[in-house]
Amino acid sequence: MMTLSNISARSNQWITPNIAIMAVFLFTAPFWLTAVGLYDYIGLEIVIWLIYAMGFNLLFGYTGLHSFGHGAYLGVGAYAFGLFQHEVAVSLWGGLFAAVAAAGIAGLFVGLFLSHRRGLYYALLTIAFGQIFWFSAIKLRGITGGEDGLLNIPRPELNLLVTSIDLNNNVALYYFAAIILFILILFLWRLVHSPFGRILQAIRQNEMRASFAGYEVWRFKLAAFTISAMFAGMAGGLFSMAQQSAYPDVMAVHQSGLIVMMVLIGGGLVSFWGPVFGVILYYVARDILGGITEAWLLWYGLMFVLMVMFRPEGIAGVIHTLNQRFSKRPATQKAQVT
Amino acid sequence: MAFFEARNIHKRFGSSVVLEKIDLDFEQGQISGIMGPNGAGKTTCFNVLTGRYAPNRGTMTFEGRDITGLSPQRIARMGISRSFQIMNLFDDSAVIENIMIALPEFRDMRSNMIRPVFRDKMLEAEAMEILSQVGLQDVAWEPSKSLSYGQRRALEIGVALAAKPRIVFLDEPTQGLGAEATRQLSTLIKQLRERYTIVLIEHDMRFLFELADKISVIHWGQVIAEGTPSELQSNSWVQRSALGEIA
Repeated sequence: MMTLSNISARSNQWITPNIAIMAVFLFTAPFWLTAVGLYDYIGLEIVIWLIYAMGFNLLFGYTGLHSFGHGAYLGVGAYAFGLFQHEVAVSLWGGLFAAVAAAGIAGLFVGLFLSHRRGLYYALLTIAFGQIFWFSAIKLRGITGGEDGLLNIPRPELNLLVTSIDLNNNVALYYFAAIILFILILFLWRLVHSPFGRILQAIRQNEMRASFAGYEVWRFKLAAFTISAMFAGMAGGLFSMAQQSAYPDVMAVHQSGLIVMMVLIGGGLVSFWGPVFGVILYYVARDILGGITEAWLLWYGLMFVLMVMFRPEGIAGVIHTLNQRFSKRPATQKAQVT
Repeated sequence: MAFFEARNIHKRFGSSVVLEKIDLDFEQGQISGIMGPNGAGKTTCFNVLTGRYAPNRGTMTFEGRDITGLSPQRIARMGISRSFQIMNLFDDSAVIENIMIALPEFRDMRSNMIRPVFRDKMLEAEAMEILSQVGLQDVAWEPSKSLSYGQRRALEIGVALAAKPRIVFLDEPTQGLGAEATRQLSTLIKQLRERYTIVLIEHDMRFLFELADKISVIHWGQVIAEGTPSELQSNSWVQRSALGEIA
């Protein structure tokens, strides 16, 4: 079985060929999305969920910590952005800062309870906390708007000193989100190859050994959870801009399950790029299968079952295996997935 | 005061007493051995001495500092390192990365989220130096799970040494090794005695008697005999053990 630690450990470049390919796809998408039968808004959704999924995979794939309640931090980010616009000021950067900070604080708080746990207990606690956030979002009507959520959240304009850009246009918002995603991908790429990132991977492999090597494992688990929650918060802030609303459903347990499915199907357990495949597949499946049948989630679920049974390494793993087969690299390098 | 001292150590799990009134002294620059039959409490003793379990009673001092009840990571940072009877490696990582992660210099960079690990050639060279000490320099970039059993044992010791320890605890390093691999390990430990204070748990009496300066015998959770290998040759328990009467 491949694992993420098989990623070439010697990468020390800022820009790799895969990052360059990602940049080309990301920044040219509005030119060809409609030509392939899709539309601008799906590109925006994919980019936002990619921010969420890439951050989630730092926790799930790299650190080996299974969170099934991560939708809570997406929701906290979305509400924080909306509340900032409604209660404080209509400000893009202020709102996004509030979204990331609120999700980070929520992640830090929950992480303090989780980080001394492992395995099943860790996973169950993430679900429990996710439910607490979801239930609170429904019940605190005065703050969150209850089941209706926060409505009429504005899309503040992007002020660039010399000029400003109206983000009410979906393509403009797409590019704004895509630039944020690209910066975060560069950061994550460095992080997973840094000492901090390698220690997270060591913890995934053997918590006890990491502890006997002198690392306070719980602090690293806490940091991974908090960073991951901050990514979710950023995605939540952008999501509330895109939807111009924030509602409790994004915090529900099935939404938290979706991100796990996306990351697993994509191959987040074996590749940095796994979440990209998973998120794209989900949204394309939603639109294409959804256009054919209302029961598209059934087919998506079946695809997940088949993937777990026959290709647990996900799409990224399949691509890697094919790549290895055709390039005929030596066996010792077979496990290197990038 | 000895380099590492344990006094009146008790360890209980529920109602079963595993260690009782354990007193141990390990002197700097020596190889100290701990022997005893299966289930005697040797590994639990190691686990207490290296912080995995806190003792229920008793004290431990290292270079005069009280380390009783400290966490494994704090004990490790003080220069106390260990290997495990059941191998504990980062199996998916390259051999060299197992070593690098244990280096104190790597630990000092633990909060760095930007600098790529393998840009640091000094760190890499230092890890290669440790690997050459344990004879694994040629497999440095292999995944550690692909190593042979003997190589993995050597890597366990390498990881313990990478921490630049003042004292190294090796838990049954010959377990599962054939005669040739045991002989190689013996040569390696003889080389290491010049630089490290070593404490060995060992089942292989010939191996232990050849290497150790002082041996403590643990049975039923208590130290029942202690002395140099020559002093212990006349001990009745040791003689019976050598004849295979005690498993």
